[in-house]
Amino acid sequence: MVISNKPLQFLFAAIVACIPFVGFANPAVDSTHVTTEAVAEHHGEAAHEEKEFNATELINSHIGDAHEFHIADWGGHPISFYLPVILWTNNGLEIFSSEKFHHDNEGHHVVDVNGQELVRYKEVIFYKDKFETLTEEERKNGAFAFDARPLDFSITKNVFSMLMSTIILFLLFLAVARSYKKNPKAPKGIAGFLEPLVTFVRDEIARPNIGEKKYGKYMPYLLTIFFFIWINNLIGLIPFFPFSSNLTGNIYFTFVMAFITFLVTTFSGNKDYWGHIFNTPGVPFWLAPIMVPVEIIGMLTKPFALMIRLFANITAGHIIILSLVSLIFIFDTVAVSPISGAFVLFMSVLEMLVAALQAYVFTLLSALFIGQAVAEHDHH
Amino acid sequence: MQLTSPESLIFWTTIIFIVFFFLLAKFAWKPILGAVKSREESINNALASAEAARREMQNLTADNERILQEARMERDALLKEAREMKDKMIADSKQEAQLQGERMIEQAKAAIAAEKNAAMAELKAQVSSLSLDIAEKLLKDELSNKEAQTKLVEKMLGDVKLN
Amino acid sequence: MVLAGIGAGLAVIGAGLGIGKIGGSAMDAIARQPEAAGKIQTAMIIAAALIEGVALFAVVVALIA
Repeated sequence: MVISNKPLQFLFAAIVACIPFVGFANPAVDSTHVTTEAVAEHHGEAAHEEKEFNATELINSHIGDAHEFHIADWGGHPISFYLPVILWTNNGLEIFSSEKFHHDNEGHHVVDVNGQELVRYKEVIFYKDKFETLTEEERKNGAFAFDARPLDFSITKNVFSMLMSTIILFLLFLAVARSYKKNPKAPKGIAGFLEPLVTFVRDEIARPNIGEKKYGKYMPYLLTIFFFIWINNLIGLIPFFPFSSNLTGNIYFTFVMAFITFLVTTFSGNKDYWGHIFNTPGVPFWLAPIMVPVEIIGMLTKPFALMIRLFANITAGHIIILSLVSLIFIFDTVAVSPISGAFVLFMSVLEMLVAALQAYVFTLLSALFIGQAVAEHDHH
Repeated sequence: MQLTSPESLIFWTTIIFIVFFFLLAKFAWKPILGAVKSREESINNALASAEAARREMQNLTADNERILQEARMERDALLKEAREMKDKMIADSKQEAQLQGERMIEQAKAAIAAEKNAAMAELKAQVSSLSLDIAEKLLKDELSNKEAQTKLVEKMLGDVKLN
Repeated sequence: MVLAGIGAGLAVIGAGLGIGKIGGSAMDAIARQPEAAGKIQTAMIIAAALIEGVALFAVVVALIA
């Protein structure tokens, strides 16, 4: 029987339709358990019935951070890649594998570590005794209840993916640098692919905004953040095992990036820059009490906007893609998968554009702010 | 949206990014940027030297042109000079010839005059001798008749005394 | 929850209008002077990204609420 007259395209469509089954499996949490068609038979042993598909839960679990990599569900048992949990507790540093939590995110399973009892609620680890005194509302915002939890320095999904991306980038650019030494003429191979990008960052982003004299000092920084953010964006789009984390869509990550840009801008501000803030030219001195706070707020909103922009763009893209994929599970039929697959394909391509674009905009605005800080003031 | 613990990501991000940045800046960006810039410079140098070579070529061609032009002008000048000289020589020789002619005429005239004088002198001599001869003959004839002669002399003496 | 959705929707209306206007003037400019199409496109994309950033402020607030 001929299944299809165009075997390659059928195969491709079949693979695309199967991605949701493999890549978007969720953590097997006790209370809400997503059922897929394949796992529907294996419900005998566990105490969960076929609950309704909760798209919000799925999306939140994919966008948020986690202590382990949940790869797939196999026969009711989850397959995960367990990452180490590093805690700074009242008793000192504790390191153990996240396997001890047994995929518990509801605070039921107690882990005993050197006499301390810990529970994990929605990926935040608490002291068990303190946890029980918290209300439901406090538990949800538990990340900030610093007296009820130890300090968490674990290698989470995002940290792992960040390590991976730095290693990839480092090896890549080291290879490129070495190829320049070996081959002083026209670049071949990967150098030929990356060199136009480096030249692009230098000539379109750094030179026009920072000026001819000083752009050389800031080139390494701009290049680093450009490629770092771009590759992390791209990694977040890949749904299977080592790549499935959402690093740039995490507000703490973008906060650190924006903060570093803020530090670079502030520490390279010359006298004209500070003069503009504390002594805006053309403003009479008695307005200074109003102008100075306004200027300071203006100085702070720029990195804030950088942070929010990157975070929101990437997160929004991920949410859209995940929602479109969840359509299949909400309608609970395979027939929706071609439509959903088409939408997901379109959105993924758009997200790739957004990945590059957001990296470019972040770098461009950083260069702009640095340029404003080091600008030689041409007196009117 | 669920917010997880901030410190893990913030701490690790800061550390990893700073380490990564310094490593990359030292081992990757410096050589890459240096290589790109040196290649750009070499390209610019090559372009500039090509431009200079082209300009040199242009200069050379212009020089050649100029030299040719000058040679041509010199040739024209030489020709003109030659022509002028020819004309002048012709005029000079004409004048010479004329002068010579006049002198010859003068000489001829003088020669003619001299000849004439000589001829006149000769003639005079001839005439005088002839006339002497004729006179002699006449005289002979006349004197041969003594009576006629003595009558004639008496008459002449008579004439003189009468003055 | 519903109000958050409404708030996000309003913000997106604003963003849509703004980016639409930018796109429109970019098209006009390119029609006037096709040689500058590259520069105009770059500027358009940057402006669109900035406006989207502002719109996503509102989306983030809606998400948090």
